[in-house]
Amino acid sequence: MDTVHARFKEKIGEVLLPGDVFSFRFPEAGDGIIKTEKMICGPGLRRNGDEVLVCKSGILRHKQPNLYWIDSQQRRYVPAKGESVIGIVTAKSGDIFKVDVGGSEQASLSYLAFEGATKRNRPNVQVGDLVYSQFTIANKDMEPELVCIDSCGRANGMGVFGADGLLFKVSLGLVRRLLAPQSEIVKDLEKIFPFELVVGMNGRVWVKAKTVQQTLIVANLLETCENMTSQQRQTLFRRVAEGSL
Amino acid sequence: MANDGAKLSKNLLRMKFMQRGLDAEAKKLLEEEEKRIISDDHWFLDLPELKAKENHIIEERSYVPCEDLVYGRMSFKGFNPDVEKLMLLMNAPKEEEEDEDEDETVSRMETDITDEEMARRYESLVGSMRKKFAKKRDRSAITKKEEDVNCNVVDYQPKRAFMKPQD
Repeated sequence: MDTVHARFKEKIGEVLLPGDVFSFRFPEAGDGIIKTEKMICGPGLRRNGDEVLVCKSGILRHKQPNLYWIDSQQRRYVPAKGESVIGIVTAKSGDIFKVDVGGSEQASLSYLAFEGATKRNRPNVQVGDLVYSQFTIANKDMEPELVCIDSCGRANGMGVFGADGLLFKVSLGLVRRLLAPQSEIVKDLEKIFPFELVVGMNGRVWVKAKTVQQTLIVANLLETCENMTSQQRQTLFRRVAEGSL
Repeated sequence: MANDGAKLSKNLLRMKFMQRGLDAEAKKLLEEEEKRIISDDHWFLDLPELKAKENHIIEERSYVPCEDLVYGRMSFKGFNPDVEKLMLLMNAPKEEEEDEDEDETVSRMETDITDEEMARRYESLVGSMRKKFAKKRDRSAITKKEEDVNCNVVDYQPKRAFMKPQD
């Protein structure tokens, strides 16, 4: 098993292109001396029999103990199971809502998938509402399905939100930077003024602050810090903080 | 009948009423023949055994576990207190995992009672419940038993049963 991880380890941090192949032969199942470990290939890597193929161009990253993935940039979202996204309700048909999540097709959201919803007690969802929900089914063969409750039946903040505020689109890389555990962008932003932020993994961000002007400022800041270095960003934020006071 | 007495068909001979006269060995032979015929009729696949391959590589499509992304709803400087509470709730499990590695000592919430207090409480609870459901005669026996502090079982009189009158 060391050979498996060794092949990957020598490429960590390097740029890989689609079509690169990591192939290794696993030892026969007969001898139980060598314990085979599981290897998890994340986004950008695909399994093909006993080989691992790279299908996106980017940098190979690693997380202990055995997770590898490709760090790449894109703007188009592909639904993945378990991710929380912001959707816009486009249609109400019978028992389900059709929600636009920015993928190749619209996702369906059942009206029973809200906290405290029963057949008599329908949730108050209108066309055009914003919903924060999670994917239960999201693969290339089926229509994606969303739910607004977790496995215990609690909402956990999911559901309809956003009476006011502004929704705009950013790239998926920026979304991941915003949602990183110790995100610097978020730390810099929260010093400016109080506001509320909802980030969907499909590249949609919703912002709400006390006044319309502040909302617009935060939205513009988020859109611009995509292409700035951290130095430029910090100087910009400081200027804004001084200007707004 | 078309057949002579000597030439009876196989199926006829296999019937139950014709086998009553046979001995055990002949019966066993006939049974085995029947089983063979039945198992020949069963269909089966003549393929080599295929073992399901163990997959050592697991595919993961989402970025969330890769980079440990936090909960998507955020609120700053008290703009939305509900969301701030949610943030603490949803991001707390991750922090707990980190702390577990650092200190593995007894983890106690402040509102919990200690183990000793719990044991003491249970001791008295068991005794009082037993008294509650005991019959009147046994209740006094139980109280007598409890008096011994060293937990030695005091030999008390056995339960008085009905004694038949002797003439």
